[in-house]
Amino acid sequence: MTAVVMRLPGVLRPYADGRSSVEVEADGVQTVGDVLARVEADHPALGRRLRDEQGAVRRHVNVYVDGADIRHSQQLETPVGPGAEIVVVPAVSGG
Amino acid sequence: MSGVVVLVGTRKGLFVARSDDRVTYEVDPIAFGMNAVASVGFDDRGPTPRLFAAARSEHWGPSLFHSDDLGATWSEPGAAPIAFPEGSGASLEQVWQVVPGPRNQPGVVYAGVEPSALFRSVDGGVTFALVDGLWDHPHRPTWQPGAGGQCLHTVVPHPTDLDRVLVAMSTGGVYRTTDSGASWAPSNDGVKAYFLPDPYPEYGQCVHRVASHPEAPDQLFLQNHHGVYRSDDGGDSWQSIAEGLPADFGFPVVVHPHRPGTAYLFPLTADGDRMPPDRQFRVYRTEDAGSTWTPLSDGLPDGPYHAAVLRDAMCTDTDDPAGIYLGTRAGELYASADEGDHWNLVVEHLPDVLSVRALSV
Repeated sequence: MTAVVMRLPGVLRPYADGRSSVEVEADGVQTVGDVLARVEADHPALGRRLRDEQGAVRRHVNVYVDGADIRHSQQLETPVGPGAEIVVVPAVSGG
Repeated sequence: MSGVVVLVGTRKGLFVARSDDRVTYEVDPIAFGMNAVASVGFDDRGPTPRLFAAARSEHWGPSLFHSDDLGATWSEPGAAPIAFPEGSGASLEQVWQVVPGPRNQPGVVYAGVEPSALFRSVDGGVTFALVDGLWDHPHRPTWQPGAGGQCLHTVVPHPTDLDRVLVAMSTGGVYRTTDSGASWAPSNDGVKAYFLPDPYPEYGQCVHRVASHPEAPDQLFLQNHHGVYRSDDGGDSWQSIAEGLPADFGFPVVVHPHRPGTAYLFPLTADGDRMPPDRQFRVYRTEDAGSTWTPLSDGLPDGPYHAAVLRDAMCTDTDDPAGIYLGTRAGELYASADEGDHWNLVVEHLPDVLSVRALSV
């Protein structure tokens, strides 16, 4: 498999043409930051809901790479290989 | 008598109330559920009115939507409508104010945001660019956030002089430009900042709202963080008009759509007691530019009342007689179709109301 899959919560699917996941070609992709940049280029309204305009992942957005929270790994520099699965989950927060 | 579309932005979504007679209302289902709608607005300069709603998700961040069908559907551009430029080090927290420019400058729309900055659109409010002159102001690093955040919440474009715009922020106070935003100067002479060592500083006040009438643009009304003021010289100086009010704290001030000297307030007891004085729900109206104030209560809640009205949660329509609208943090919308003499409950049990605007249709 040469693609990286990013799975989306239902609330974000309208920004990805209704799909529950988006795929990014793995060629040239080394980190989760690279994946997010590709996603932003293809789906800007989705991308800006994941990261602010300075590139920081939004505070209450959790991103997992193959099951591991990138905040406990290397943040946006977390390595992503071919076949990786990225999952976006809204944090349990707010009121 | 004509109808009205009332945009009611709440902590958890937008509600649109519609009426053909300003007596009976229908309320649309919630839009932008779970988004704080801190600012709503409209631009009625063109043939089709455009509505605005600034929605902010705790998870997914802020955006600005517009509607050209009176709120039936909402749109946003793909790229962020309002975003700080790369290298600014800032990111948008919330849009606090969306205001169309003067009538002879179609397409221009201003947005006041948090962190305190002014954005300007030339495409009717779809996309915006940062006004660098204010962002680069040497005072900016010393502006301090109020309880609601470090926000630029008030934009008052001059109705005829395209180069003049007034803004207000908490804290920071009032600033004005006379060169289309290239340079800005504080405009707080006479406005008190009781919480600072120098209570009358050049800037740093916690101004809550400034309002004026297009036919009398140099007459400005200001609700301060303690203090109610009027300026008769476009903001060069301010005089207290709090005499006769039960308290000088509060958030909104709105000006009558047809009579420049008539304005409305919703006083709260004090900074440390942000509830109505004596727990009585009262709107206060002046018809002589602040020399005297009259409480308005017919149709408003009787008995102890403990909720506040926020700075953007009171407005007028443009009908004659004018309609006055206010939303409460208890989730109610009240409306008066006769300039505040009598009030009706339009809807209740909403999330706390952050913003209200009424478009006469």
